Amino acid sequence: MTADWPLLSLLVWLPIVGGALVLGFGADRAREARWAGLVVALATLLLSIPLYTDFDGSSAVMQFVERHEWIAAINAWYHLGVDGVSVALILLTAFCTVLVLVGAWESIEDRAHQYVASFLILEGMMIGVFAALDALLFYVFFEAMLVPMFIIIGIWGGPRRVYASIKFFLYTFLGSIFMLVGLVYLYLKAGNWELAQWALLPLNATEQMWLFFAFLVAFAVKVPMWPVHTWLPDAHVEAPTGGSVILAAIMLKIGGYGFLRFSLPVTPDASQEWAWLVIALSLVAVIYVGLVALVQEDMKKLIAYSSISHMGFVTLGTFIAFALVREAGNADAARLGLQGAMVQMVSHGFISGAMFSCVGVLYDRMHSRMIRDYGGVANSMPWFAALFVLFAMANSGLPGTSGFVGEFMVIIAAFQANPWFAVLAGLTLVIGAAYTLWLVKRVIFGEVANQEVRELKDIDAREAFVLCAFAVAVLLVGVWPAPLIELMDASLAALADHISAGKL
Amino acid sequence: MNVNVGMADLMSLAPELFLLGAALSILMIDLFVSQQRRGLTHFLSLLALVLTAILTLRPHTEEIRVFGGMFVRDGAADLLKVAMLVTMAAVFVYAKPYLRDRGLFVGEFYVLALFGTLGMMLMASSANLLLLYLGLELLALSSYALVALNRDSSLSSEAAMKYFVLGALASGMLLYGMSMVYGATGSLDFGSIHGAASLAYENRNLLVLGVTFIVVGTAFKLGAAPFHMWLPDVYEGSPTAVTLFLASAPKIAAFAMAYRLLGDALGPMALEWQQMLAVLAVLSLAIGNLAAIMQTNLKRMLAYSTVSHIGFLLLGLASGTNDGFAASMFYAITYAIGAAAAFGLIILLARNGREADQIADFSGLNQRNPWYALLMLMVMASMAGVPIWVGFVAKLAVLKAAVGAGLLWLAIVGAVFAVIGAFYYLRVIKVMYFDPPADPEPFALPDDRPFRILLSINGLALLGLGIFAGPLWAWCLEVASR
Repeated sequence: MTADWPLLSLLVWLPIVGGALVLGFGADRAREARWAGLVVALATLLLSIPLYTDFDGSSAVMQFVERHEWIAAINAWYHLGVDGVSVALILLTAFCTVLVLVGAWESIEDRAHQYVASFLILEGMMIGVFAALDALLFYVFFEAMLVPMFIIIGIWGGPRRVYASIKFFLYTFLGSIFMLVGLVYLYLKAGNWELAQWALLPLNATEQMWLFFAFLVAFAVKVPMWPVHTWLPDAHVEAPTGGSVILAAIMLKIGGYGFLRFSLPVTPDASQEWAWLVIALSLVAVIYVGLVALVQEDMKKLIAYSSISHMGFVTLGTFIAFALVREAGNADAARLGLQGAMVQMVSHGFISGAMFSCVGVLYDRMHSRMIRDYGGVANSMPWFAALFVLFAMANSGLPGTSGFVGEFMVIIAAFQANPWFAVLAGLTLVIGAAYTLWLVKRVIFGEVANQEVRELKDIDAREAFVLCAFAVAVLLVGVWPAPLIELMDASLAALADHISAGKL
Repeated sequence: MNVNVGMADLMSLAPELFLLGAALSILMIDLFVSQQRRGLTHFLSLLALVLTAILTLRPHTEEIRVFGGMFVRDGAADLLKVAMLVTMAAVFVYAKPYLRDRGLFVGEFYVLALFGTLGMMLMASSANLLLLYLGLELLALSSYALVALNRDSSLSSEAAMKYFVLGALASGMLLYGMSMVYGATGSLDFGSIHGAASLAYENRNLLVLGVTFIVVGTAFKLGAAPFHMWLPDVYEGSPTAVTLFLASAPKIAAFAMAYRLLGDALGPMALEWQQMLAVLAVLSLAIGNLAAIMQTNLKRMLAYSTVSHIGFLLLGLASGTNDGFAASMFYAITYAIGAAAAFGLIILLARNGREADQIADFSGLNQRNPWYALLMLMVMASMAGVPIWVGFVAKLAVLKAAVGAGLLWLAIVGAVFAVIGAFYYLRVIKVMYFDPPADPEPFALPDDRPFRILLSINGLALLGLGIFAGPLWAWCLEVASR
């Protein structure tokens, strides 16, 4: 099915152009800039709805395709299209951006127009990443979005924002530049940048290995996987609330998405050969980084480490598929693993976004992220406490919340590959519960820590709107994940088929 | 050599002849113009550039060789000349307020720059060692004099002296190499050299030695490490308007020189010069990027960044393929456009006789003037090779050429240094956006409207050429295919 009008282009360019126009409001008209930004973000969200309703979930082919010549000299095309996975992530992006803009309505005073514009431009680029079918176009969006994020962390961040922003930029830039060399190699081999054709391109084992590692570096940094995760805690801690939300909810997902779009289809045999490495790193992330989260004293840092741990499930679920489909011949379980990984991505987007928003709510009032400065918040902020506990439960994987669904699917898949994987991965339910609930205990419950906590005001309507929207999403995916799974089912089944064949 | 100069020959030379006439006329007219009406010289110089560009773009048959084959007019020459002329026009517009503020608004600047432009155009069109050298020296002598334009500044005089001595040394080496090539092949004509070089067996060693000296001379003019020593001092010491000139169009000319010498004349020696260029490329990337990190003076930083960009340009040349030449051509042209914008912005900030060449001078520019901060951000992001800006496309072109020629390791080295290089460009963005303003006063915009408009167009061009890179790249590819 092709759209009668360029829906994807609109989704990409509306926020970018809108963001550029918002810049024109200037620092003096912050109010207008905020409203204009919100209108653009809402319009984008509205436009993304037909993407879901008109999407044919039973088909694995790319839909809403647009294709125009871009750089003829290298046969690069402006080629957009979506499958189920992209649709889910684009919806997530549009949803989170609206909430981020609402969430920052009052807390960002300084240069609000630039703040709003940065997020809108970032949104357009992230949608571009999810919609690009041309590898060069993907790379352009993938890299260009570093600039607005760099600005967001650097201008509106905490005391060590400069360090964090430069570290963030260079880390991700270094990771992806190797991918660029890999992409150029593939282009010279294939004569085009079409991802669909790269998936069919014959590559020998050595080529696949080098390309696999080029992709691995780029996406592992983005996810981030242990041991290249160190930029994330810094970036999260220093970023403003909105920056943390987008970073955790969407930018990390781009790493997982990259594995699905590049590593698996283009280098299936190398992915199989090195799956053990990725699985091992994922398990380290799930367990070790989970333990690291346990000892954090800074709430944002704790959630950042928890993000790394949860993203471990995504990489685990993705790469476990090889063991299942190739060695055990169990295509259904492989599909389950991939689905679990994807559900986990979406679910983690909601949960981490919500958790960071919660910390933002507290930070706006107390200007501290340290756990020891809090205690007994439930006494002065009962509504907030209720929502925070809900998200904490979701974060620790309580059934009925979205956090449970993805992790459970990945664990079931892992069990069929190797029961030990499942046992190790299952440990996260224990560790995750430990650090999350301990956080809740120290911050929300217990004695009222000090006078400032006693005087805290509960969330207002605006904050309640943001947190409730997240809560609805978390519960919806938790109790009724079927639409989400069906949306991505055909695409992931095709991918599982593809990797089962291999290229050698 | 029997040279019959006919009307047709002269017509092919029309742009150069016109520019020569215009430069001479402006030299004369300027004598009778009072300081208050110096704007006339400015206007006439711009007009001369525009008309020359129009004459250059006049369509002609595939390839014209005139004056006994000394002078060639082909697609590559046309493209390079137009790029030079456009960049020079930007140089004139940006330089005006700076020169006026400092009492340097004199006709000599324009006349010397026009003669330099003529030299560049001759280099781009040369098909003979002598004509190439003639063009090069015309450019070089004009540049030496321009660097010393501010006679009262000891820094400028020192820079000019350094530039002159090292430049003369480089010219000497180049000339020495040319003499060996002449000795080995018995010809000054690029075509004959090309033919002889592919057959030369007994004179092979002499030819290789000649190629070595030519590569060294070219590297000097380009500013490739380890022959880059003059660059930072000259950039810092020159009046910013002159640095702007040196950093932009002459880089295209230096590329043209490499293109003509290495491609047209010494193409059969590619195996030899490829290795040399590869070494020069790696050294330039390493030294340029690492040294740039330590700079606090923006002009010096941009000088070292030039060295690293030359490294990328050499990466394309080292591929030795048509694709590589096209990539380097794209790189040179887009780099010149970016450099013009960067120095234009430095001039924009240098108001009331104060220089703004420290990185710290850009502190908090975002709060003082968000638009020009955004332009500087675009220039820096483009130079760092962040996608969507044209700098990325240029780097991509070069990497693609290198990988295509089997120089995968060189491409990886280039890629790694691109990341290291990103750091110091980021630092400028950081200073502009994250630091509080050094000068809380609101920013007084220069009243020079053409300057402001052109600077904005120039900055946006980096974005526009990045998004719509197709036509320029296709043009480069078309003209560079031999």
